[in-house]
Amino acid sequence: MIQLSYFAAAVLFILGLKRMSSPVTARGGIVWAGAGMLVATIATFFWPDMHNFGLMILAIAIGGGAAWYTGKKVAMTDMPQMIAIYNGMGGGAAAAIAAVELLKGEFQSQSFLVLAVIGALIGSVAFSGSMVAFAKLQGLMKKSFLFPGQQKINLIVFAAAIVYGALLMTSDSTGGLALFIFFALALAFGIMMTLPIGGADMPVVISLYNALTGLAVAFEGFVLGNAAMIIAGTVVGSAGTLLTQLMAKAMNRPISNVLFSGFGASGGEAAADTGGTMKEVDASDAAVMMAFANKVIIVPGYGMAVAQAQHKIWEFCKLLEDKGVTVKFAIHPVAGRMPGHMNVLLAEAGVPYDKIYDLEEINGEFPQADVALIIGANDVVNPVARTDPNSPIYGMPILDADKAKNVIVVKRGRGTGFSGIENALFYLDNARMLYGDGQEVANKLIQEVKQL
Amino acid sequence: MIEGFTALYIFMLAAFTGYEVIARVPVILHTPLMSGSNFVHGIVLVGAMVAMGQADSDMERFIGFLGVMLAAGNAVGGYVVTERMLEMFKSSKGAGK
Repeated sequence: MIQLSYFAAAVLFILGLKRMSSPVTARGGIVWAGAGMLVATIATFFWPDMHNFGLMILAIAIGGGAAWYTGKKVAMTDMPQMIAIYNGMGGGAAAAIAAVELLKGEFQSQSFLVLAVIGALIGSVAFSGSMVAFAKLQGLMKKSFLFPGQQKINLIVFAAAIVYGALLMTSDSTGGLALFIFFALALAFGIMMTLPIGGADMPVVISLYNALTGLAVAFEGFVLGNAAMIIAGTVVGSAGTLLTQLMAKAMNRPISNVLFSGFGASGGEAAADTGGTMKEVDASDAAVMMAFANKVIIVPGYGMAVAQAQHKIWEFCKLLEDKGVTVKFAIHPVAGRMPGHMNVLLAEAGVPYDKIYDLEEINGEFPQADVALIIGANDVVNPVARTDPNSPIYGMPILDADKAKNVIVVKRGRGTGFSGIENALFYLDNARMLYGDGQEVANKLIQEVKQL
Repeated sequence: MIEGFTALYIFMLAAFTGYEVIARVPVILHTPLMSGSNFVHGIVLVGAMVAMGQADSDMERFIGFLGVMLAAGNAVGGYVVTERMLEMFKSSKGAGK
């Protein structure tokens, strides 16, 4: 009976993920997967030889309740770090399972012991790494920590973790001090591996940890002889790996590069000699420019979402359309904090699909656009990615906003973007800066257009 | 118990399934999908429950408790967040176009 419900859960997970791969059926997909989870969880209460039910229900209530509350409350802009933290919890849980099994030390065969240790290592790294990723995206930890010989030290910590892991596999007793040191090393490695990675690369890292957690879950599934965990974990492991590759490709950065070079810390000086000055424009001039344009392309970035300006911007767009202006949204694959994040944010504001264009679809249209309105985006429109081989973002596909006849950049201040790289676009002759909070600026634009 | 080659077969088939399911996903769904797959590995809850249910010493119970708590957070949080994101896709479909 338990096996049957696990089987049903595994089927529901795969069908659910399948349905999630199309916008039309996506919502049904998560409900299916949710049903699978519920069935499997309830069935587990009937697992033979179980005790500690009271504590177990308490633990579910605490963990589930806290996650329910935070999940309901979190703003859409903070979604990536929430995914990171929930994912880290999964990795931690996988590591905890391994810890309990190792403490008991009753393994049916050597291969299960090996799998338990590997799963524990991966799960621990995913756990502590995800927590660092969360702290970085949440702004609790601003800097990238880099020091000479860092990679060597990381390597030593990793090697030490493996040595202790091997020790656990071969020794007679799996509990005790060695176990403790093993977990401490694995957790430390997760932290140290994530610390030097800059915020801009975080989505790729979170996705990678997501895949790792999946693998850890699968390995612990083998140890426990739990088919649902094996299948679900493996599916997530491979899907997550593919997703990580897709994201890294969108940013034109090989995964090894993301993991082993401190991004944002090395760059920054390259574009110092851009020449020219930033020219300001006020809201009324900007509004006039756009109201009498034929075609306006809006490039939204994470900054817009932080300022909660997407609703106002959409309202502004509707006013422009009433004046006969063609308005399109151009979305860079990594706009927001991860691929597709910006689409979610615009969908939240009610922007219809047919106004939103991908990088490949829209890039040819910029030369015909009268105005490119860049709001809260920075690195994804930085032309040095095309021109300057010394720049850390050289080669990354960008939106060719600089080719529009006029560029208006809405920006909070004069600072650099998330990656810390100076943006050559702001110094171009056809670019104008419109300083201010995204929402305030959008409000002003709306008023100005209404008065025309 | 699932052992030896049977385990290997399951592993391989599941890996291909995951790859195939994701391969055709449009970019706009990447974030919800990452969140969705994050939810799916919340199944670790089942394993954490079993581990805790068979725990005997206080140390095992304590770690098991942590495991179940974390796993429940993974499952519930993953579901709520994914559902909220996909909810918006639905409403915008109705309103737009």
